[in-house]
Amino acid sequence: MLEIRDLDAAYGDIRVLSTVSLTVGAGEIVALLGPNGAGKSTLLNTVAGLLRPGRGTITFAGTDLARLHAHLIVEQGIALVPEGRRLFGGMTVEDNLELGAFAPRARAGRTAGLERVYTLFPDLLSRRRQLVRALSGGQQQMVAVGRALMTNPRLLMLDEPSLGIAPRLVASIMQSLVAINRTGVAVFLVEQNVPAALGLAHRAYVLESGRIALAGTAAELAADPHVRRAYLGPLAMRQ
Amino acid sequence: MSLLAQQLLLGLLIGGLYGLAAAGLSLVFGVMKVLDVAHGELIMLGGYGVVFVVALLGLDPFAALLIVIPLSLLLGAVLYWGLFGFVVRADEETRVKNSLLIGFGLALALHALAVQLWTADERSVVTPYAGAVVSVGPLTIPLVRLASLVIAFALIGGLHLLLARWRWGKAIRATAEDWQAAMLTGIDIRRAYLLAFAIGTALAGAAGTLVTIGYSVSPSIGLEWTLKALIVVVLAGLGSMLGTFVGGLLLGVAEAASAASFGGPYREVVGLVIFVVVLVVRPRGLFGR
Repeated sequence: MLEIRDLDAAYGDIRVLSTVSLTVGAGEIVALLGPNGAGKSTLLNTVAGLLRPGRGTITFAGTDLARLHAHLIVEQGIALVPEGRRLFGGMTVEDNLELGAFAPRARAGRTAGLERVYTLFPDLLSRRRQLVRALSGGQQQMVAVGRALMTNPRLLMLDEPSLGIAPRLVASIMQSLVAINRTGVAVFLVEQNVPAALGLAHRAYVLESGRIALAGTAAELAADPHVRRAYLGPLAMRQ
Repeated sequence: MSLLAQQLLLGLLIGGLYGLAAAGLSLVFGVMKVLDVAHGELIMLGGYGVVFVVALLGLDPFAALLIVIPLSLLLGAVLYWGLFGFVVRADEETRVKNSLLIGFGLALALHALAVQLWTADERSVVTPYAGAVVSVGPLTIPLVRLASLVIAFALIGGLHLLLARWRWGKAIRATAEDWQAAMLTGIDIRRAYLLAFAIGTALAGAAGTLVTIGYSVSPSIGLEWTLKALIVVVLAGLGSMLGTFVGGLLLGVAEAASAASFGGPYREVVGLVIFVVVLVVRPRGLFGR
């Protein structure tokens, strides 16, 4: 469904991605792993239209995304939960969620969308009139996932959803991603918490220094000596 | 004593116009992070708008708002398409430099144009009820200025509701807070900027109309109104339109108090003192978020 071919991206003169090719199929959960600075966020931001690709193609269900503005990429059915959540802190939970349904594809299903989010995250229902900035990190992440879900996506991309969240809430966020995936939404996940990511992904890619270093099923990568050493070693396991 | 009260009252009445003048500037600055230094000239244009609507159509000057506001909205859209739209998403340094250049250039051009078209003379509009007053105890309230205050408040209240309830109003607030996150929710931020600038210009047109009705207009009033609006924006802070209105009232009363205490020439000084003191003591302003 999402097909990235030979993608190059750069910040000014600094090249961040080199000939990256990957796919995310309909209904899949795909994880993108790799160290800090490997270019994972750049990749997601480029797909979402916040950054312009250098060379290469990005297509989604046959549509070329490279020339589309970010709000039109949302209309195609791609939602990004950005790193650091980027919520509208001065607005209420419900205002944030309703803004998620701004795109034409999502407007008609606004009420059903709210119901879907509150079923997934019951904590938010009682807090729907509170300002987002008054919520805990975990609750804010729920709002961020909920806001993205309100766009009625076919592909949900998440950039480090476990960052800055109490460990006991990480599992619950990950569980919600599985639940979302079961409703037919493909999930493309960038995550530092490798055990958690490989625990729910079907397939995964490892991005190192802007290149795809490894690709395979989650089970294959979990068994790979390089992945075990670099991401699942005794240090990494303690996360 | 009653003389002082009378002066403070007149200060309050003009303060409502300061608030209205500042609301447009605050909206544009808050959403686009662009300081439109030609805002006072847009107020001046609105002021001439009512002169012509009254002369050509024979309308009541307050009814002229119904024509001046839509025309200003349109002018704002044209200025966004033709000028300010090019800088709003440039990197910060370019945006600040170029928007100031555009603003000063526009201010000079509009000033020169107004002198050419309408001469440098002051103009005003005359209403049949120009001399009417309302007496409250020892105080005398000019009816026209009281009506202007009420209209200014109504417009700002309307703007507040628009930003709080309207779909695109929320989109404008979201864009002001985080434009990238706004794009990710499917908002066309260019349209949010266009709307914010057009509405800001419409508020300037409304303010200019009320200035002409209550006082007078000339091509050179622009800079003074830009400064007043800027002082109110700094005093009130960004993010609350009702706070901006209160900031305008405060400036009006403070000016009157200063003029009454230290003499007329000190009327203008107090605004600059407020400007500096607020920036040092409370940079986000009284009601800033």
